[in-house]
Amino acid sequence: MSRLRAVIGPVLNRWLRLTRVRIASQVFFFTLFVLAVWATWTSRLGGYPVSALLELDPLVMFSTVLATGYVYKLLGWGLIIVVITFLFGRVFCNWMCPYGTLHQFIGWLFDNRSATRRIEQNRYHPVQFLKYSILIVFLLMSAMGALQIGLLDPIVMMYRAMATFFAPILDTALGRVGGATEGLGVDGSLLDTLKFSPGVEHRIFVGSFWIGMIFLFFVLMNLWKPRFFCRFVCPLGALLGVIASKSVFRINRLVDKCTDCNLCLLRCEGASDPQAQLRQAECFACMNCIDDCPENALEFTALRQDRKQVRPYPDLSRRKVVFAGALGLVAAPALRNDGRVNDENFSAKMIRPPGSVEESEFLERCIKCDQCLNVCPTNVLQPATLQEGGIEAVWTPVMNFRIAHCQLKCTLCSEVCPTGAIRKIEVAEKLGEGPYREQGPVRLGTAFIDTTRCLPWANQVPCVVCEEVCPVAPKAIQTHDEETKDVFGKMVILYKPFIVPDLCIGCGICEAECPVQDQPAVYVTAVGESRSKNRKLLLRSRTPVRPI
Amino acid sequence: MTNRKKYPHEDYRGDYYSRRDVIKRLLALGGIGAAGAYLAYAPEDYPGSLRDQSGLRGMPVEVPFRLPDFRVEPANSSIQVGIGRGGDTRTMLLKALDAIGGLTHFIQPGDVVLLKPNVAFDRSPNLGATTHPAIIDTLVRLLLVDARAAEVRVTDNPIESPADCFAKSGIGPAAEQAGGRIYLPDPNAFELLYTPGATLIEQWAFLKRPFKNVNKVIGIAPAKDHNLCHASLGIKNWYGLLGGRRNQFHQDIHEIVSDLSIMIRPTLTIVDGTRVLMENGPTGGDPSNVRDGNAILVGVDPVATDAWAFEHLLQRPGRLPDYLYMAEQKGSGKVNYKDRIKVVT
Repeated sequence: MSRLRAVIGPVLNRWLRLTRVRIASQVFFFTLFVLAVWATWTSRLGGYPVSALLELDPLVMFSTVLATGYVYKLLGWGLIIVVITFLFGRVFCNWMCPYGTLHQFIGWLFDNRSATRRIEQNRYHPVQFLKYSILIVFLLMSAMGALQIGLLDPIVMMYRAMATFFAPILDTALGRVGGATEGLGVDGSLLDTLKFSPGVEHRIFVGSFWIGMIFLFFVLMNLWKPRFFCRFVCPLGALLGVIASKSVFRINRLVDKCTDCNLCLLRCEGASDPQAQLRQAECFACMNCIDDCPENALEFTALRQDRKQVRPYPDLSRRKVVFAGALGLVAAPALRNDGRVNDENFSAKMIRPPGSVEESEFLERCIKCDQCLNVCPTNVLQPATLQEGGIEAVWTPVMNFRIAHCQLKCTLCSEVCPTGAIRKIEVAEKLGEGPYREQGPVRLGTAFIDTTRCLPWANQVPCVVCEEVCPVAPKAIQTHDEETKDVFGKMVILYKPFIVPDLCIGCGICEAECPVQDQPAVYVTAVGESRSKNRKLLLRSRTPVRPI
Repeated sequence: MTNRKKYPHEDYRGDYYSRRDVIKRLLALGGIGAAGAYLAYAPEDYPGSLRDQSGLRGMPVEVPFRLPDFRVEPANSSIQVGIGRGGDTRTMLLKALDAIGGLTHFIQPGDVVLLKPNVAFDRSPNLGATTHPAIIDTLVRLLLVDARAAEVRVTDNPIESPADCFAKSGIGPAAEQAGGRIYLPDPNAFELLYTPGATLIEQWAFLKRPFKNVNKVIGIAPAKDHNLCHASLGIKNWYGLLGGRRNQFHQDIHEIVSDLSIMIRPTLTIVDGTRVLMENGPTGGDPSNVRDGNAILVGVDPVATDAWAFEHLLQRPGRLPDYLYMAEQKGSGKVNYKDRIKVVT
């Protein structure tokens, strides 16, 4: 037995270190995250908790509670991370967070600094207070009903970038590879892009270039400062830092063993000064310093912590808190200066996915994770630009019917929404069937005909694609039929379409299929959407409730 | 001190280019320059020339392909359309097939068969907007077991999200469980088809990939009302193989449907009259618009098949849709189905 230990012991010491377990954990959570993004698709969804990492995110939980007063569906899972942080400190940042893992990986891969430079880079930097200020600003905005946390929350950023920036790139790559290999005689259906993306051959996302640029900007910043985003910007890290100030376990330095060699800074991820008084709120518990200490003077422990060798709280003076608070109080109303929410200036093109709650409620909930965009089978859901919803609604989901339409029997976006901005609805509720017959179908908006561009109305050319594709029964697009002699003397029958707003559900298939492609002659606007009382169009619907 | 040098680098010997080296470099430069000049300025018909005087050489040129004729003469040339009535889907289909000589007359063992159902919309089968999965299931099994086909493929280019349409119409699961294979309309799957004689689609993007090595093609259409061309039947079903901006075709719907009848010459055209969408077509949406038509048609002559279906399934008396007469003019079949059909009850 002792001989066995003699053989295995050194191997175990070498391989079974805490840092290796940490790397395994990072690989596990990163893979899980990518799998969850991949599985967010019609045929793969099958009840898997694809948004689990968003629901584990305590910042999403706290900010939505501040905004709405309630905890939607599974957001209470955030407490798991809170408890873990109270126990072990910011382990989330270096053991779970996929964006953190990416930062660490890129920093490691491209690091060509000398050891002395690295030690200098990994000392605590006074600007690291910034993330706490960002957190204060965002939380105050949430409390005033403008949830902007998703702009900088790492999980949300990562999700959004993968769904809107990397997905189209993947589609293009697959299409190119598929096209090229098919030319070489490989069975083309093997690399059919429809097998790899939800519903459409090549997804497009308006403005996703900027989503990708911001995502990549923070990744590239690692070359300048290691873990730039995590140390200086991340509001989730800041929240966890505040909690970690009280954590049971932490890194403890045995001063009598320490020779002040500073080697613990060689790979310190959090820049938390383990060589001196540990900045507990900054420490990611990456365990690198324990590995690197030649004197075994560092330990991760709950007992025998030297209280002289720690600064538990964030380096945040009262002055900074007050300043950040003032900024936060100004920011929320400032975002609404353009009156895009419920005022006279609401945008005609702000058409929300089915199941969405009323607009101001929506903005209290939507974290802009864009999971709904990822799961949408037709690609109609787009990240909103400044045009549709003003600055406050940037990257929230909006329907662009020039790209596609909302598929009738689909409620996938409501299924994956982690915060209830799109409330989970059944197909029956969307269509106003069964128990929902009284309240009628979910209306996204109302279609209108532009008679100056419509082929039968304006140009004596037969068409009515819009009537053909209208999915409601009876059809919400009806026609005035007219036989006339056209300008070339030929008799034509013109079916001139008109909309029955009582029947129109605003699915937008008419706009998507209109042959006047660039500025469709039939188009949907937000007025008449059933989620809003302010945007009603008809006093009452003239259609009788359909019998069972 | 005798070794002391006047200059510190006195015995330094550099590595210098020789005259020969310089000449070699000049020759290489001349060669590259001449080769570049040849590529850029040699007349276009010279080998390897990249010259493009008109700007048109850089334009992509797509060479269209042609589809073979998939038709098979029926066993008895006086019976062009078999109609099965009474019983379940399988019974009616077999009755109709037997009337024109049985499936084995048309499909040889080892054939690769392509089925083209109508999967246009993301709708459940009871709404009548898509081909019913029951007939797909039956037909795939008949083809694989009775006719010993090597492979059965199923394809369509739906209006809505393809994967969703195949899943929710029930056709995807039915075909796959019966042993068929689904081909989705990926953009790489389309190629330019040349159809001589067609007015609107003489050259048009066509869903070609599933046609590779196929020797028999069967269309399986639901019988539907259509707002613009009055009926969507066996011929209109081929619309689902077109790519490109096909929503322009509604400006001349009868012309395009008659073009479709010469675009492809299918082995068989099946019209599933077990559920007929009588109004609010072609999308439907209300089960009360769907009627039990109690018939399955299998035709070698698609025009006659559609003509009978229009009169008896959609129950529209009077004049047939224009596109049937136009298809007859284009030589796809005969509108007058009298004495050319066999109804088996």
